[in-house]
Formats: sequence, structure tokens, C-alpha cells
Amino acid sequence: MIPAPHLDFLPLLPELIVAGVAVALLVGGALVGRPSQTVLLLLTLAGLIAAAAASAYLWNWDGPGRVLGEMIQADRLAVVSRMILLGVGAFGALYGHHYFARTGVARMEFYPLLLLAVSGMTLLVASADLIVVFLALEILSLALYILVALSFRMASAEASMKYFLLGAFSSAFFLYGLAMAYGAAGTTKIDGIALALSGRTGSQPLALAAVGLLLIGFGFKVSVVPFHMWTPDVYQGAPTSVTAFMAAGTKVAAFTALIRVLDVSFQPLTWDWRPAVWALAAASMVLGSLLAIAQTDLKRLLGYSSIAHAGFILTGLIATDGAGIAAVTFYLVAYSVTVLGAFGTVMLASGGIRERTSFDSFRGLAGRSPMLAGLLTLFLLSLAGIPPTVGFIAKAGVFGSAIRAGFWPLALIGVLASVVGAFFYLRVIVLMYMEEPQAELEPEGAALPGAALALAAGLTLVLGVFPQIILPVLEKAAILRW
Amino acid sequence: MAELIVFWVFAPLAVASGIAMLLQRNAVYSALFLVVNFFALAVFFLMLGAEFLFAVQIIVYAGAIMVLFLFVIMLLGVDREERLVEPIRWQRPLGIFLGVGITAEIFAAVRAGVGFAAKAPGGFALVNQGGNAQAIAKVLFTDYFLPFEITSILLIVAAVAAMVLAHRRRGAVSGPPPAGPARPQPDREAEVAG
Amino acid sequence: MLGDYLPVLILGGLAFAFVVASLFASSLLRPSRPSPAKLAPYECGNEPVRLPKGEKFSVKFYVVAMMFIIFDIETIFLFPWAVSFRKLGLFGLVEMAVFIALVFVAYVYIWMQGGLEWEQAPRPMERTAAEGEQEEELLRAG
Repeated sequence: MIPAPHLDFLPLLPELIVAGVAVALLVGGALVGRPSQTVLLLLTLAGLIAAAAASAYLWNWDGPGRVLGEMIQADRLAVVSRMILLGVGAFGALYGHHYFARTGVARMEFYPLLLLAVSGMTLLVASADLIVVFLALEILSLALYILVALSFRMASAEASMKYFLLGAFSSAFFLYGLAMAYGAAGTTKIDGIALALSGRTGSQPLALAAVGLLLIGFGFKVSVVPFHMWTPDVYQGAPTSVTAFMAAGTKVAAFTALIRVLDVSFQPLTWDWRPAVWALAAASMVLGSLLAIAQTDLKRLLGYSSIAHAGFILTGLIATDGAGIAAVTFYLVAYSVTVLGAFGTVMLASGGIRERTSFDSFRGLAGRSPMLAGLLTLFLLSLAGIPPTVGFIAKAGVFGSAIRAGFWPLALIGVLASVVGAFFYLRVIVLMYMEEPQAELEPEGAALPGAALALAAGLTLVLGVFPQIILPVLEKAAILRW
Repeated sequence: MAELIVFWVFAPLAVASGIAMLLQRNAVYSALFLVVNFFALAVFFLMLGAEFLFAVQIIVYAGAIMVLFLFVIMLLGVDREERLVEPIRWQRPLGIFLGVGITAEIFAAVRAGVGFAAKAPGGFALVNQGGNAQAIAKVLFTDYFLPFEITSILLIVAAVAAMVLAHRRRGAVSGPPPAGPARPQPDREAEVAG
Repeated sequence: MLGDYLPVLILGGLAFAFVVASLFASSLLRPSRPSPAKLAPYECGNEPVRLPKGEKFSVKFYVVAMMFIIFDIETIFLFPWAVSFRKLGLFGLVEMAVFIALVFVAYVYIWMQGGLEWEQAPRPMERTAAEGEQEEELLRAG
């Protein structure tokens, strides 16, 4: 008789709720035939809120650090990242409801797929084993490939195809890295790898190959140079609501998992992976910012900006102390809020499913809709990292931790890239305020996404002025127990 | 002795079917050679004592994956002949160089025993004593029961993906119909160039 | 190790030998008087021709292919579970029940959405005229 493992499902409760609601919506929606979009939205939001409550409860979890066959991490980093991700999911649901409702061809699969993607993301931030990391990555990627294709436009199908091909390619790299890690350490547990590697001296080619291949796998997901090729096309082709969700969600989830892999599993090899992360960060910041200058489409611009931001976040990751992790988490909050706001405004301003997102459509937006122009300005300033927005505090945090760890040249590159970045963000602002409108485009007002945008704008400003509100929480979460 | 004979029967078969697969111009024949290749690989798994993998190789690869391969071939049209001229000229020499490079690298690494755990996989025989599938069941359904359950969620996503992409209802298309009456095609280039 | 599989090998050899032997035997025993009509492959009176150029599968077969793969993977998990069923006890039964139930969700979803209906019109029936027009227009607009 094989003894059954000890079952402690509580630390997995948020994922169980989200996936459970997704499955229920899938079956229920299929049975009903043509369910009301509003009902689906409300159920989705209810599921996300319940999951958030469950994960908030886990903040004071005092049981074992790893549960369910040591597959799930029950620490505070997981709690905080889950909260961010569930919030991102709620934004995605609100945006999607609006976006797909106005096209008149809303598919009921949107909500279950969104929830499944969220469950993959939250599972990713809570995994304590590389196998779970891989499965979570696959769940979120697979759901995102489909979400990207959920639109009429040709570009949407094309974006999905590109994303799928490159994503599958990167999954192969990740899997190969996982196998190498198992070969080097004899385990796939995130902390077990660290324990196996820590006592060794001399060169460890297998472990180095593992960390390199895993970095490539994560690099694709978070779109750092040189694994960024898909980003602009996919961000532009995907329905804007989905772009907002995936831009924020994948970054939060994959970077949190990357923190665990680099700062725990391969902590004994810190001096070996740091140069690689250094190069990736520098290349992403520089290329992301430089290529963004040449863009003439706002969604594409935000795609390149997301590449640059991936570089900024890596800059914070290079300092492996608790403060560095807290800085990265803060940056993830800041980026999520800002990018959700930016894409939300673009969605409302770009007029229907046809998605007029070229710069021409935004010329003179201030005249037609001062509200949207003002919001977009705020979010672009935050992306550029100009005070008093949250983007400034976030950038200061990651550069500060890089300097403390002795990587001031990287911080310098980051500052220069930010200056370049400020240029192209400001160009859009100038476009909106100083030029005559060209396109006859009626920006739309909508209650639900409007409220979401107001929330994002509020957070952008409030966290920019009073970062202390969440910083202590993030610092407590940044302590990795293993 | 028996292992040696089996190996020398199936190793040339694996290599030959692999080469034949690459050299075939008809995609369906290529796929059939791939089936032969999969079977030869399955026998290798058997020789290594991985009986479960042997079953997986035959059921999933020679079965399911081949069905998908053939499906895609038929979807694109059997008569379709690929142009054998590379559109990117430097791609082929680079591919050959990298292929030779990685083969040499793996050879060197295996010969030098780079990174292999010092303890021989003697544990493998020990674990396998009660049968390979039983040993897998023991870890899969206890220590790894969570990944196992998560796999089912992954399968659900795959099912939804297939339905959303391939099954159209209510006009909710996610792209132009692949083979139907000619519809006005939007200008792809303009879309991409953006 | 491999000796355990000797019966399988013998069985395979026997099967192969049987095919060869019966073909050979029938070629010896049967009368052989070929005529064009006899040599033509039997296909309901029609001379078989190649598929027309560009003949393709419909993409809706893809759902079926995908279903096959999903349940194939389920089978793979069932195999080690079945051989150790007694040792795994109640826990094993419950976890496999959960797994199968979740995979069954995928099946119910595909079934209810009409993924298994063979004769479903390629043009959706429920679509309203307005939606159709909108789709056309959107495709044109890209």
C-alpha cells in the first residue's frame, strides 16, 4: 500500500476558486447556449474577489512553507503577487466585457479563458517546483494564445500564430533547462536545487546550461531582448483589452517565478548568472527604448516600451537581496497599474473593433475628449518615470537596488534609456495636445471601463506620492523562506 | 547479447528512417517514415528499462502526434510541394554548421562525462524492481499528484482552444475562413507593417 | 530484462509469418486468370482517381483530432494508475476520478458547443443578418 500524501489545500485555494469558476462558466455557458455577457462578467468578478479574499487570508498562514507534496509555496511573495494578478484579471474582465460587447460578437469563452489564464499566472507565482512552474506557464500561455485570437481582425489571428510559434519554441527551451536542472541537482524542487548546488565547487556545466536555458524560456515570456521579437506584433494585433491583460499579467507572473528561480534555485550560481542578466537588462532597456522612437502606432509603441520595462525590472533583479525583490515587486505593481490604464485609454480612444491606434488617430485627442487625453498623459508620464507618478518611484527603486549591489553602470544605462523613453512618450502627449485632429473618431465613454480607468489613474498618483502605503507590505513579502 | 542484437537491428533502422523522412518530398511518406522512427525509438526505451516511456512513445507519439501531423498535412493539401530553395540564403550553411557543432559538442560532453552525477544510476534498477510502470505510479500519484491534476486543466484549455479556433459558430470567426468562397481579404502587409 | 519480451517478439514473428505464408499459399493454390476487369481495384464501379488538386481537409476535423489527443493523454495516465490500482488505495481512486471528471468537462463543453456535430452548416444558422454584414465589413476593413 502506498501512503497517500498529506493534503493541505488551503494554500492552493485561490487557484482552486479561479479554476473552479472557469470550469463552471465553461460548462454552464455551454449548457445555456448563449449566456448573458453581463452575468458572465459578474460571475468572473465574483470568482476573482473570492480568490483575492482567500489569498489575503493566506497572509498569516503559519502552516508548513510548502504544501501538497512540496509543490506549492505558501509564502507572502505568493500572496502579494496573487493579489496583483487577480486585480489585473479583474481589469482584463472589465475591459474585455466592454471591448467584445461593442463588437457584438462576444464569445462566452472569453471569461473562462481569462480565468484560466489568471489561474495559470497565480499558480506560477506560488509554485515551489519547476514542474509546476512549467505547467503553470503552459496554462497561461495556451489561454493567452487563444485570447489574442479572439477578434475579427486578421492581425489578431496572425498575432496569435506568431505568439504561439515563438511561445512553443520558448517552452521547449524551458523544458530543456528543467531537464538540465534535474540532471545537475537530481531534483526539480526550487529550493532542493539550491541545496544540491550550494556545496559544490568547480565548474558546473550542467547547472550553468540549466540556468541559461531557463533564462531563455522566461526571457520569451517577459519579452527581454533578444527574445522580444513577438512583442510588438502581438501587442498590436491582439484585442486591446487582451493586450492590457497580458502585458501586465505575464510580466508579474513570470518575473515573480524568475525571482524564485534565480534568487533561490540558482542562488549558489549568482556570480555566474549575473553577467547574463546584466546583458539582457541592458540590451532590453537600450533596444526597447531606441526602437520605440521609430513607431507610429500607439499599441506598438507600448509594446516596445514593455520590452524596455522588462529591462528595468531585470535591473532590480540583479540585486539579490530582500530590498531588490521588494523593488521589483513594487515595479510590477507600478507597471501593471500604468499599463492597464494606458491600454484601457487606448481601447476607449481608438474607436470600435477597427482599432485605429496609429498616431494619426490620436492627433488632437485633447480637443475631442479632454478626459481621455488627460488620462493617457498621466499613464504615459508614469511609463516614462516622471514624478509624481508611480513609475518614478518604481524606477528609483530598481536603479537604487542595482547601485547598492554595485551595478551602477547598469543603472546609468537605465537612466539614459529612460531619458530616451521620455522623448517618445512626450511626443505622443504633444500629438494629443498641440496638433489638429485628423481622424473623425468619436471616443466613447463607458461606465465600467471608465471606473476601472479612474481606479488605475488614482493608484498611479496615490502610489506615486505615498508609496509607503504598500512598501512595508512588499518588504515583508520579499523575504524568501527556504 | 540479446540487447546487442536488438540494438543493432533497431539503431540502423532509426537512423535510416530518420534520413528517409528528411529526404522524402511527399509529406505523407515523410510522416510514415517518422512512425517507423518512433517505433525504433520506443524499442530503445524498452532496452533502457523505461517500459512506461515505451508505451507513451507508441501511444502518444506514434498514435496521437502522428494523427495530428497527418491532419495538418491533409489540411494544407497533400499535393503541396515545398520549394526546396531556401528563401534566406545563409540559413542552410548556418544550419549545417550548428547541427554539426551540437553533435560534436554532445559527443565531447558524453565522452568527458561532463556534469553527470558521480553516482551511477544504480538507483534506477532498484526503483524499477517492482516494475517500471508501478514505480512511476508510485511517484506520479503521490508526490506528483498535484502536477498530474493540473494537467487536466491544461487539457481543458487545449479543448477550448481547439473549439475557439477551429469551430465557428454565430459568425464569431477569429480569422478568414481557410477554404471557402473568396472573401475580401484585407491588406495583410499594411496590417503588419503598422 | 529484454527476455521478458521474447513472447512478444515471437508473437510478432508468427503474425508476420502467417501473412507471408497465407499469401504465398494462396498464390500457389488459386487459379490465376487475370482480366482487366478483375485487376481493377474494387471501388463501387468507379475507376479511382487521385484527389483533385488542392483537396484539403476541413479545419473542423481539427476538433476531433484534438479530442483524440486529449483522451489519448488520459489513457497514458490511466496505464500506470491501473497497474498500481490496488496499492494506491482510495486516494488513487479519488484523484483519478477528479482527473477524469475534469477531462470530461472538456468533452461536455465540446459536445454542447456542437463540436461533434458532423453536418453543421459552415455558414452559421443562428447568425443574424446584421452580424453577417458587420463581419463582412470588418474583414474588409481589417
